Amino acid sequence: MAAQTTGDITDALMADSVWTDADLDAHGIPRWSVPFVTIGGGIGSFAMVDALRVAGVDPSAMLVLSDLDAPTETYEHLATNSQIPDHERLRSDSGSVLDCLWGWPGYALREAITKRRPGPVWQVATEPILSEYFTPQAGQVYQSVHREAARIGWHTMLRKGVVRTVRKRAGGDYFVLFTPEPGTAPTKRVAIHARFVHLAVGYPGVRFLPDLQAYRETYDDYRSVVNAYEPHNHVYEEMLRRPTTVLVRGSGIVASRVLQRIIDDREQHGAQTQIIHLFRSYPQGWQGDSRMFRRPSRRGWTYQAFNFPKASWGGQLRYQLEGLEGEERVAFIDAVGGTNTAPRRDWQRQLEEGARDGFYTQALGTVDAVEPAKGSTRVATTIRTPTDGIGVLEADFILDATGLEAEIEEHRVLRDLLEHGGAGRNVKGRLDVERNFEVRGTAHGDGRMYASGSITLGGYYAGVDSFLGLQHAALQIQGALASQGFSRRLGALRSTSQWLKWARNVAP
Amino acid sequence: MTPTLSGRIQSRLVLVAIVGIPIAVVLGLILPRPTETTTLGDMYRVFFVALALVAIVGLVWELIWHGLQQFRWEKDWPTLFGLVTGVPEGIVVWLLLRAGVPIDVGDVDGSTFVIMFAITWIAIWLVANGPLQVVFIRWRFQGGRFF
Repeated sequence: MAAQTTGDITDALMADSVWTDADLDAHGIPRWSVPFVTIGGGIGSFAMVDALRVAGVDPSAMLVLSDLDAPTETYEHLATNSQIPDHERLRSDSGSVLDCLWGWPGYALREAITKRRPGPVWQVATEPILSEYFTPQAGQVYQSVHREAARIGWHTMLRKGVVRTVRKRAGGDYFVLFTPEPGTAPTKRVAIHARFVHLAVGYPGVRFLPDLQAYRETYDDYRSVVNAYEPHNHVYEEMLRRPTTVLVRGSGIVASRVLQRIIDDREQHGAQTQIIHLFRSYPQGWQGDSRMFRRPSRRGWTYQAFNFPKASWGGQLRYQLEGLEGEERVAFIDAVGGTNTAPRRDWQRQLEEGARDGFYTQALGTVDAVEPAKGSTRVATTIRTPTDGIGVLEADFILDATGLEAEIEEHRVLRDLLEHGGAGRNVKGRLDVERNFEVRGTAHGDGRMYASGSITLGGYYAGVDSFLGLQHAALQIQGALASQGFSRRLGALRSTSQWLKWARNVAP
Repeated sequence: MTPTLSGRIQSRLVLVAIVGIPIAVVLGLILPRPTETTTLGDMYRVFFVALALVAIVGLVWELIWHGLQQFRWEKDWPTLFGLVTGVPEGIVVWLLLRAGVPIDVGDVDGSTFVIMFAITWIAIWLVANGPLQVVFIRWRFQGGRFF
C-alpha cells in the first residue's frame, strides 16, 4: 500500500477487510493498544463495563468509545421525548436495577427508604396480585447509574469521539478505527488494537412509518407529523393554545404514554384536544392458543406488564427460547413480544372516559395516503377499512408512536461488520449472536467480538432491549471472557465482597 | 421470581439448608419450652423433622406450584405467592408431624410449631427475595438454579 502519513484513512485501506500494523503506520494513524473496548457508551456499554469492573478488571484494561458524556444520555433523551420525564415511571421492574448487578436492593426498597414510606415495598411484595407492578421513576434510575459510573471510574475509561469501523487485524484481534473529539489527538484517526470488542450501539435510528416519512419529505412538513421519540413539545404547547385534533398511530407503550400526556393536559390544564387513534390491527379477547399460553387484548390494545413475559429474562421462557432456531424462534419472539402495552389502571380509566365523553375515538384501517387536507392547514390521512371502505381522518398533528426499530445497516459500524467483519444477520434481520452474545462469524485468532442490546433482537434471548437484558448479556459475556482469562470468575465469595463494596460506594 | 421446576427444587433445598437450619438451631435455644420436661433435644427433634418435611414433601408441592405457574402468562411466581404457600405447606407439615410421619416426635405443641414454622418460612422468603442474589449473582437469571 502506498505510504501515506496523513493520519487518515484512504479508499484503499477501507477496501481491505484485514489490516496490518504496517498499513496503519503507513497511513500515519497512531495505534493504541488495550485489551477490551466497548463501542456505544450508553447503558449497554455501562452494564458491560460494570460487570467487568465487578469481576476484577482494572479500568486501564478497558476503553469506552462514545460520543456521549453520560451513559444514560441517549436513554434519557428518548424517554424524555416519549413523555417520560424524571418523575414519571418507566416500564421496568423493581429488580432490574441498572446500577446494581445483583438486583438487590431493588428500586422499590430504595424508594421506600428515600421517601420514608412503606408504599413501594408493599407494592413490590404484593405485585401483581393486590397491586400493579412496581416500576421505578426515571430520575431514580439515572441518578443511581451516575453514582455507579463514578464508582467504577467510567470517566477514566471514556474516550469521546466516533467509531468509524472495526476491522480484523492481521495475526489476530481487531482494530477499532476511532475519530477522537477534535483537539484530543494529534491525528484525525486513531486505531485501537483490542483483543475483545463489545458493541452496544443501541438503536441505529428512529424509524418512521413509510407513509409518514413520505409525507414529511414531499411536503417538507416536519412540524405536523412527528415521531414520539423525537422532540415534539411544540405539539403539546399548541394543544394548550387552541383546540386541536391529533391522530395517534401505534398501540404500544409509547402510544399509551403519549395518550396519557395528552389527556393529562385536558384534565389538568384545560386543553380541548380531540384524539383519533388509528389502529392497523385491532386485537380483542385472548391472544394465544391455550389456557396456559394467552394474554388479554381489549379495545385494540394487547396487555402485558413488560415488553416480554417476566420469565423471558430468567425463567422457563428464557430456556424455551434458547432451544429454538429459525422460524420457530421468530414465531416465539413475536408471540410473547410484539406490540403490547402495560395494563395500568390510570391509562385505562382515561381512555374509557375519553371514549364516553367523545374526545377519544378509535379508527381501524391501513393507510392509503397522507397529504395536506384541502382548504385547511390540517393533514388528511386516507385509510382503507377492513370492509374495504375508505375513510379520511383530518388532524392538526400526527404522532407516530409505532416504535424505534431501524435496520442495523443504518449504523455505519454494523454495516461495515456485515461487509468486512464476517458478521451476519439473525432470523429477525438483526446482528446474529451466540447464546453468550458473541457475534457469530467474527472470531479472529484470539480476538472475540460481542454485542448486546436491541441490535441483537432475534437471537436466543428475548429481553435484550431492557435493563435486565443488558445485565444478563453483560454477565454472559463476562463469563465467556473469564474463561479466556480476561476477568475473574464471579463466584459466591467475590460476588458478596463486591456487593459490600457496592453498598459502601467504594471502588470495586 | 421466575423459577423453572429444577430451579424451584434447588432453591428450596439450598434455602432450607442455609436459612432453615441455622434458624431452627437458634429458635430451639430461645423459644420457650412448652412443658417443664421438654428438653432441647425434644425441641430440635420436632424442628428438624419439620424442616426435613418442608424439604421432602416440598418436592411434591413444587410440582403443584409449577403446574399452577403454567396458567400465568408471565410464567412467574409472584412474591406474595411465595409467602402464602406457607399456609398449606405448614398445615401439611403439622398434620404429618402429628401423625408421626416419618418418625414419632412425640407431642407437638401447636403454638411452638406455628412460631417456628412462620419465622422460618418468612426468613426463607425474605432471603429468597433479595439477599440470596448478593451471594449468587446469576441465580435470578437461571430460574432459581444454582447448578
